Amino acid sequence: MNLLFVISFVCLAAGMVGGGLVFSFLVAPHRPGAIKNTPYECGEQPIGQAWIQFNVGYYLFGLMFLVFDVEAAFLYPWAVAFRQMGTVGLIEAGLFILVLLVGLAYAWKKGVLEWV
Amino acid sequence: MTATSLTYFAIAAAQGAFKNVTVSERTAQAFADGSWILAIVYIVVALGGLAALVTLSGLVLIYVERKLAAHFQCRLGPMRVGWHGIFQTVADAVKLLLKEDVIPEKADKAMHLLAPFLSMMATVMVLGVLPYSPILQITDINIGVLFVTAVSGFGVMGILLGGWSSNNKWSMVGAMRAGAQIISYEISATLALLVVVLFSGSLSLAEIVQSQDAGWWIWRANGVGFVSFIIFVIAVTAEINRTPFDIPEGESELAAGFHTEYSGLRFSFFFLAEFINMFVVSGMTATLFLGGWMPFHIGAWAGFNGFMDLIPPVLWFTGKTSVVIFLIMWFRWTFPRLRVDQLMYLEWKVLLPIGFVNLFAAAVVVLYNLYPFPILVP
Repeated sequence: MNLLFVISFVCLAAGMVGGGLVFSFLVAPHRPGAIKNTPYECGEQPIGQAWIQFNVGYYLFGLMFLVFDVEAAFLYPWAVAFRQMGTVGLIEAGLFILVLLVGLAYAWKKGVLEWV
Repeated sequence: MTATSLTYFAIAAAQGAFKNVTVSERTAQAFADGSWILAIVYIVVALGGLAALVTLSGLVLIYVERKLAAHFQCRLGPMRVGWHGIFQTVADAVKLLLKEDVIPEKADKAMHLLAPFLSMMATVMVLGVLPYSPILQITDINIGVLFVTAVSGFGVMGILLGGWSSNNKWSMVGAMRAGAQIISYEISATLALLVVVLFSGSLSLAEIVQSQDAGWWIWRANGVGFVSFIIFVIAVTAEINRTPFDIPEGESELAAGFHTEYSGLRFSFFFLAEFINMFVVSGMTATLFLGGWMPFHIGAWAGFNGFMDLIPPVLWFTGKTSVVIFLIMWFRWTFPRLRVDQLMYLEWKVLLPIGFVNLFAAAVVVLYNLYPFPILVP
């Protein structure tokens, strides 16, 4: 039953956005023009595309995020079952986080966290 | 009828005898009883209520934001449309609906169309699992907290996709910044959430509210709860791109950031998603740290507590959410915008270490029942 409701949320959200777009398409004017459809760069003629190679710093932050997000996914069940596990749970999770923090310290030392 | 049901509500809540009945449970019951019509009525009412909530909260919040911004700056704000400009946002919505929808020539058209869908869907789905009151929750998923983090984390896809597919340099830079910022602050928000999960021992939002029967986690989780409340508010402010963390759409540097190339209704979906997101994160803050729909109680003051119980739970939830929303709007007129390097410094070198230390401290407090501070508000 919960799943049914979650699926119906998806349908509702898609329906709201889609319905709005269809209605807007019907009532709004539609007059495309060559100049109107150029990318907006504050009146300048755009030079080249925007799809270029990008600063690698974003990629490194993405990698760092992945490490800690997966760790968080492991910590959720740990947090729920924590009271039953007691001290053993605390030590195990502590070791697990410590390993990841060593990674953070390494990245920090290497200057990955400095934005250039 | 309302008066009697409110009294019943108050008595039941005071006796702690209140059981959560979500709309989905009632629907399941109706199905089991064989009354299909009733079940379908429940589903339609729930979805209609959700749609009304999305529209209303968006319209009201945009109006409130403009009025608050104006009064912080000693202006009047919108005054013309209706009493004190109360229908200004309705007029704006109609205007946006009638505007031309421009798709740039070089854009990836399918992706450009898909992006507002993702942004909006992520927010609407979260609204369905928030516990507004013991009987006013559409569905209580037993992994509610995880669902909220997962689905609202999906919203960043809409922003990234929208910025990338526009094939515009402003949008591209804005989307990249948004991606880096939102995923970074998500870690801190998760660490703050984990503290509450540790204390309440459940991922279901309804059970987390029930666990605050004896005191809200912001007070009762001695110190660690308060620290994680502060971390959570900072992190979610960054996640919804509000000032001082609004570099993805910093007007003075990036035109309009990731939605530069969006116009008409599809722009308004991004805009609406941002405001509903504010409602969602404030509602989450209220649910996790401020006791959700739980009334405010003080120790042994039976008379005072009884009086507080008379206020219906929905009003408690709305009030607490409004306080957090006001706080987030206040930030905007208090703190100057951060630079991208300061933003990353704050997250990775300040909030993240504090978050880990706080999580460890919370685990120790839970494990050994350490309550170093007297319980002021039990």
